[in-house]
Amino acid sequence: MPRILGVDIPNDKKIRISLRYLYGIGPFLADQLCERTGIDPDKRARDLSDDELAKLITLLDNEYTVEGQLQRVVQQNIARLRDINCYRGLRHRRGLPVRGQRTQTNARTRKGPRKTVAGKKGVKDMR
Amino acid sequence: MGRSLKKGPYVDERLLEKVEKAEASGARGPIRTWSRACTIVPEFIGKNFEVHNGKVFTKVYITEDMVGHKLGEFSPTRTFRGHGGKSKGKR
Repeated sequence: MPRILGVDIPNDKKIRISLRYLYGIGPFLADQLCERTGIDPDKRARDLSDDELAKLITLLDNEYTVEGQLQRVVQQNIARLRDINCYRGLRHRRGLPVRGQRTQTNARTRKGPRKTVAGKKGVKDMR
Repeated sequence: MGRSLKKGPYVDERLLEKVEKAEASGARGPIRTWSRACTIVPEFIGKNFEVHNGKVFTKVYITEDMVGHKLGEFSPTRTFRGHGGKSKGKR
């Protein structure tokens, strides 16, 4: 199986699909990469020649931000928001949704598993 | 939905005037403003602002990183003191 950029080993799907296993490559960039390297997008990943692979890798290396590098950029952007003390940074710090979604219900992706509060329904007789 | 590029960023004209005046006269004091929707432009860098949050003025020192954000983003309008807990009555 071909290796592209470190540990990523896309399998024997069409190259157009298997490129998407890289972080930062989606449908659009996968097709764009095929076009720019002149590789038939429907070719299976295992059928790629060394030449074609090398072409892909150099192109990715030189002109695209993917994988660890992209992850770092994203982290930096978030760190910047945190540092300047703006509203979005605050939401990141708190682990709450950043883009104005409701939080009375839902928002579980950001908030994580529910933390049940005992006796919440009978709020009156608390304290 | 972003703002049309044709219009450029929204900058409160009177606030910008104030900033320029402060720059020219070298006044050090903070600039009080209610204009939370005003975009931070490079002219604001290094200035002290006091941005109203509906109740009080929050001190905001503008750094380079803040350019492009709105003044209101740095002056939270809500206070969340946490849910429940035994200490609830004491607060």
